[in-house]
Amino acid sequence: MIDMQEVYKTYPNGVTALNGIDVKIESGDFVYVVGPSGAGKSTFIKLIFREEKPSKGTILVNNKNLHKMKWKDVPFLRRDIGVVYQDFKLLPKMTIYENVAFALEVIEETPKNIRKRVMEVLDLVGLKNKARFIPDELSGGEQQRVAIARAIVNYPKLLIADEPTGNLDPDTSWEIMRILEDINASGTTVIMATHSKEIVNTIKKRVIAIEGGLIVRDEHRGEYGYEI
Amino acid sequence: MYVMNIEVNTAMKFRTVKRHFREGSKNIWRNGWMTVASAGAVTTTLVLVGAFLALMINLNQIATNIEEDVEIKVLLELTVDEAAIETVGDKIDKIPEVSSVNFSSKEDELANLIESMGEEGNSWELFEQDNPLNDAYVIKTEDPLDTIDVAERIEDLDEVQEVNYGKDVVQNLFRFNELARNIGLVLIIGLIFTAIFLISNTIKITIMARQKEIGIMKLVGATNGFIRWPFFVEGLLLGVLGSVIPIAVIVTGYHYATNNISALTQFAFVELLPFNPFAWQLSLIILAIGAIIGVWGSVMSVRKFLKV
Ligand SMILES: Nc1ncnc2c1ncn2[C@@H]1O[C@H](COP(=O)(O)OP(=O)(O)O)[C@@H](O)[C@H]1O
Ligand SMILES: [Mg+2]
Repeated sequence: MIDMQEVYKTYPNGVTALNGIDVKIESGDFVYVVGPSGAGKSTFIKLIFREEKPSKGTILVNNKNLHKMKWKDVPFLRRDIGVVYQDFKLLPKMTIYENVAFALEVIEETPKNIRKRVMEVLDLVGLKNKARFIPDELSGGEQQRVAIARAIVNYPKLLIADEPTGNLDPDTSWEIMRILEDINASGTTVIMATHSKEIVNTIKKRVIAIEGGLIVRDEHRGEYGYEI
Repeated sequence: MYVMNIEVNTAMKFRTVKRHFREGSKNIWRNGWMTVASAGAVTTTLVLVGAFLALMINLNQIATNIEEDVEIKVLLELTVDEAAIETVGDKIDKIPEVSSVNFSSKEDELANLIESMGEEGNSWELFEQDNPLNDAYVIKTEDPLDTIDVAERIEDLDEVQEVNYGKDVVQNLFRFNELARNIGLVLIIGLIFTAIFLISNTIKITIMARQKEIGIMKLVGATNGFIRWPFFVEGLLLGVLGSVIPIAVIVTGYHYATNNISALTQFAFVELLPFNPFAWQLSLIILAIGAIIGVWGSVMSVRKFLKV
């Protein structure tokens, strides 16, 4: 699914966020990415769907070589990857329904299938009754669930979440985790950056720890391993 | 797992075209005051452009009418006979710039003269026996601007005594008309560019506010074209919305002007183009200009936010 070799990333301002990453993630995996703030977790995640380009090294995603990918092909890469952001990145003037439908309109799905599938995922994340609301009218946890609904609506092969529970209360966080586990159980690869020791230690999955732009630990059924 | 039929297809599906139109129209009200600001900019400039166009096209028409009244009168030598009259006629006819040649015999000339003098003309009837006037040709050129040149060439012919075309008047008139047209053209082009600049700036500001949204759309997998089309539709609608008031103003104003033109000016030769169809043609032009600058402003502004 994902194969990174000798990946470096230096931002234009001179900050080196990744310092030689080698990692393989198989199809169907559930992976936590942990590490202190500023370790390079978000950068690692952004490289996967080409929000950032590596300065050096090769990245294969779905057997596509991102290094050789042209600008115009990037949207097609992103259609196979659902992304959940810590700040949700919902379209503020569109309703919840329209936000989720957008990901299907992009792939030119039929209106009939769009209606059916959007209501299906909104039901899955428990927001069917808020379809006509706009994001500002929802709580943080609800907006995060909308973001998840949008990320999974077109059956992506890979779901990436950057601290999806970062701003949420514990109850909502566990609910989000339940949804992510369900999605993983249906065959979707899940990669999730997190700061939550409880989640990592309770729902045991593969743990990749990044520090100073390097992978310092990679364990199956791993522990969070940090004191905060 | 349920698999959707994701066809890789370069041509846009019809349902997507519909979607872009729906989305573009929704953006009109989604963006509320931004829409009002953009449409307002379009409205202001189109009222100016429309009023100016109406004025310029009419001035141009008046100038053309005056130019078309310009004719050359060729007075033949008193001594010419029938055959000579014919040859001169042929020679004039062969000048390529000449569009019409009408012979007017000395008898016709006298009759015209007597008629034009009214009561006083009666005394001229004495001359009917011994006509002192010349046989003449009345000539028009294809392009009124050739008048002077053609007149000079005809003057060189042997059988011709004199050529009249009001040299000074014609020269000044042409110079004035050409100047007026050029100034008008420059002003209209300047006005349209100002309009485009103003409008695209307003639209750019409203789109800048949506830079984040464009970025989000790209992260969800939208292609540039997919993002651009609703903006295209939105710009089109903005332009059309913005031209409603200008069209109303122009149509009403022009209706008033055509009905009152004789009262407004003392010159008989000032005649406006008829309300129908001119006012409607002008409305169509305003609508088209509005639509084009709306689309242009919108599409140009969105362009630089697409590389995400
Ligand atoms: N767009 C950017 N431009 C410049 N520096 C950045 C950018 N994004 C992140 N960085 C820097 O790269 C390093 C890693 O950041 P990040 O990947 O966001 O870490 P994490 O998500 O683990 O907190 C940090 O020092 C951060 O300041
Ligand atoms: Mg981060």
